[in-house]
Amino acid sequence: MSLRTMILKMSEGLGRTCAIFFLTLIISLPIGIVVALLRMSKNRIISNVFRFIISVLRGTPLMLQLLAVTYGPYYLFGFSVSRNKLIPVVIAFAINYASYFAEIYRGGIESMPVGQYEAAEALGYTKAQTFIRIIMPQVFKRILPSITNEIVTLVKDTSIAFTVSYQEMFTIGKQIANSQTSFTPFVVAGVFYFIFNAVVDFGMGKVEKKLDYYR
Amino acid sequence: MILEMNHIQKSFNDLSVLKDITFGVDKGDVVSIIGPSGSGKSTLLRCATFLETINSGEILYEGTVAASTPQGQDKAVYAQKAEIRRMKGLFGLVFQQFNLFPHFDVMKNIMDAPLTVQKRDKAEVEEEAIALIRKMGLEGREHYYPCQLSGGQQQRVAIARALAGKPDILFFDEPTSALDPELTGEVLKVIRELAEEKMTMVIVTHEMPFAKAVSDRVIFMDGGVIVEQGSPDIVLGNPTQERTRQFLQNYSR
Ligand SMILES: Nc1ncnc2c1ncn2[C@@H]1O[C@H](COP(=O)(O)OP(=O)(O)OP(=O)(O)O)[C@@H](O)[C@H]1O
Ligand SMILES: [Mg+2]
Repeated sequence: MSLRTMILKMSEGLGRTCAIFFLTLIISLPIGIVVALLRMSKNRIISNVFRFIISVLRGTPLMLQLLAVTYGPYYLFGFSVSRNKLIPVVIAFAINYASYFAEIYRGGIESMPVGQYEAAEALGYTKAQTFIRIIMPQVFKRILPSITNEIVTLVKDTSIAFTVSYQEMFTIGKQIANSQTSFTPFVVAGVFYFIFNAVVDFGMGKVEKKLDYYR
Repeated sequence: MILEMNHIQKSFNDLSVLKDITFGVDKGDVVSIIGPSGSGKSTLLRCATFLETINSGEILYEGTVAASTPQGQDKAVYAQKAEIRRMKGLFGLVFQQFNLFPHFDVMKNIMDAPLTVQKRDKAEVEEEAIALIRKMGLEGREHYYPCQLSGGQQQRVAIARALAGKPDILFFDEPTSALDPELTGEVLKVIRELAEEKMTMVIVTHEMPFAKAVSDRVIFMDGGVIVEQGSPDIVLGNPTQERTRQFLQNYSR
């Protein structure tokens, strides 16, 4: 198989790679905020439950979580989450990433000076208004570098979908590597990820610049 | 009376910080609060502005009860949330550390609360914000961010932000203590101008000459009690209490 054919075949999986990537982000970024708030709840039971969930999700491999979501229901209840493997893959990724993002949000929220809350409170803002208008915009700026790190990791983590044979770019590459007994597909995959992350870095750099207008 | 605080008690865990504080502020009054560090001045302002809850006593704004302690009970009860929120519109608070919103420019810092909290008309709020900026001597800085301003300018923005809610009373907690000495003058000048316009104000300060010049009444606090209060000439010039005298003596040294 020529290099050109390999690249073309693997490119066909890029759409699915991007699907995992974007769906995971779109779901986990907002859910992470909710999870962070529950983790910081004044209710000890709620906060401890979420502390535990987060520590399990961060303390076990994403690959295991992916296997659990994809095949767990079948072994436990005799049915699959979905024919389309994208759904269990995205569920597993989104849950996993939400817990990482939650901890990043929590760090950011807790780093906010108490004076910001007090100023808002004295001006009569409700708790929700304070959080949305005053706290979160500043938190985003503070945590942006950590978020970028996670996004870069996510790009590479999409390859883990090969464990459930979801036909994304890396899975196709691995199949070619097996059938052709060649290492070249892995090199191609590496180049793809590198380019993908160069774009991510560029984009996040732009966002960071955009938030540079204050302190 | 704009503000009445009666028999206020406040403690943090076992530490009793306010012990039976009673005072009132009439419309147009400028009241300065002085006293040594740890005497409870900030705590008193924070109780008046609902940033802290009192343990017992009574707080009234313009005759309406915000918090009271029912007869025979020893714990204060606060009014409904909506009522407390309405009362927050009656006062403005200026912090020692300014606490401006760093992600908002000057205009937005001033306009955001009237728009989001009070839901007022944008064109009207904008007009008032421009007038406040002029009054604070901040023309040309409308679209600067707090980090681009000096401490004195930031504090003047904070004063404008507090005034934008059209409060009936303004509280200041050591408004110049975080400023370099050469910048305190511009902030004190603005407060003095507000006093001349008969703005009702309660000012915690360590600036004795300023307190003397601007106040109708000076309150000296020590150890969580009001030791003495009266006209600035008496409290600062010829106090009746020995503790006040000692404090002022240590101060001028
Ligand atoms: N949130 C809190 N928790 C526990 N103790 C507190 C708290 N806030 C204030 N205190 C204590 O209450 C006492 C009075 O503090 P407060 O800040 O009111 O004094 P102050 O008169 O404003 O002093 P300063 O001139 O230094 O600002 C101090 O002993 C302080 O340590
Ligand atoms: Mg203080």
